[in-house]
Amino acid sequence: MTTHSPLLDVQGVSFAMQGQTLLAPISLQLHPGELLLLTGPSGSGKSTLLKILASLVAPTAGQIFFESRDIVTLKPERYRQQVSYCFQTPVLFGDTVYDNLALPWQIRQQKPQREQLVASLASVHLTADMLDKKIEQLSGGEKQRVGLLRNLQFMPQVLLLDEVTSALDEENKAAINHLIDGLIRENTLAVMWISHDVQEISQAKKVLKLDMPQQGEAHEPA
Amino acid sequence: MSQHNITDSSLLLSLMLVLIALLISQKEKLGMSKDIIWSVCRAIIQLVIVGYVLKSIFDLNNDWLTVLMVLFICVNAALNARKRSRNIDKGFTISFIAITTGTTLTLTILVLSGAIEFIPMQVIPISGMIAGNAMVAVGLCFSNLNQRVSDNRQKIQEMLSLGASVKMASGQFIRDSIRAAMIPTVDGAKTVGLVSLPGMMSGLIFAGIDPVKAIKYQIMVTFMLIGTASLSTIIAAYLSYRRLYNKRAQLKM
Repeated sequence: MTTHSPLLDVQGVSFAMQGQTLLAPISLQLHPGELLLLTGPSGSGKSTLLKILASLVAPTAGQIFFESRDIVTLKPERYRQQVSYCFQTPVLFGDTVYDNLALPWQIRQQKPQREQLVASLASVHLTADMLDKKIEQLSGGEKQRVGLLRNLQFMPQVLLLDEVTSALDEENKAAINHLIDGLIRENTLAVMWISHDVQEISQAKKVLKLDMPQQGEAHEPA
Repeated sequence: MSQHNITDSSLLLSLMLVLIALLISQKEKLGMSKDIIWSVCRAIIQLVIVGYVLKSIFDLNNDWLTVLMVLFICVNAALNARKRSRNIDKGFTISFIAITTGTTLTLTILVLSGAIEFIPMQVIPISGMIAGNAMVAVGLCFSNLNQRVSDNRQKIQEMLSLGASVKMASGQFIRDSIRAAMIPTVDGAKTVGLVSLPGMMSGLIFAGIDPVKAIKYQIMVTFMLIGTASLSTIIAAYLSYRRLYNKRAQLKM
């Protein structure tokens, strides 16, 4: 275990909608260079938790601290560039793969070099000609990898991955695992990863299993 | 010279047209008879009142009263446009600002260019046309923006999760909504005179004005409708998109 102070400190976060608990109160800490695998039955609130951590959804109760600062005091855009959420089934933007990989650059008012994007594609076993491919022509697995690459154009401090290998074959799954593994070690990236993959789960040092929330104990906002 | 004095008896006879509608409703069991009678009564009462109100305003010819009447039209238009605002709070304020700005600017240009005079007889009917068109455009813009944002929730959340601003994440949907709201006005301008002879022109022709003169007014109306619709819609769209998000830049819906 690292001795760093936690990057993310989650305290009693829960989520309810129309009186129904979708995420039971949860507290956890995530340190730099740490991989936390999130598992549990569907409906246990895994995706909801990641969306709350990415500040896409406000929790019903509880607080989240990023580098010891309550995230409600941070500028949402800046925070999300540091704590980046990747959807399981990404919706791609624009016309081509290029449009998607260029978007994080446009957000930062920069323009990418094509070579950079090609190298980025290669890291997930996608070829250079993919860059100008129309997004409608991509397979589910290709879309998933392009979606992930968008989040990796500028390295965040925390990466929240929502079953990002669900549409991939074993070979490509291994490539993603290898890539993320490297980023965790080299860039001290912290990762929270939702997975049902037995192999991925068995390799992770830390696994958090969410249980189905008990109904009827919805927490009202403080 | 054309006859433009409709007599009460001929008006009464034209009520036959409503009877046809009532008969159809009865025979086909449409269950609309009550609705038809109610709508016809409302139309008669509203128009009679408006007729007398306008007559007295025209007779008084007071500048302040004219401005007040224009504001009254804008308030009513905003109240109507607000009905389409759904997830957008402050719908009335936004509609009122958008419609009033569009109407005022268009009126000012028309008056300053000498196209119309600042007398109630000209300003009030023109305001009604402008504000009415702006109302439809702003309402369309609201419902489009709501629909597009709710249909594209995940796309927006993905942009946000990459660190995009609310403005950037909504940009495409703001533009699409503005475009959709302007289509009826632009299409109307394309087919004017081919499909329908619009109210302004028809009215003047009825009143015995040379059609070649009447079209000049219709051209002016086309200009002003396009101008107001675009201005009001852009104002409404840019004032409202932020209202779909909370302070933490999270989608409300």
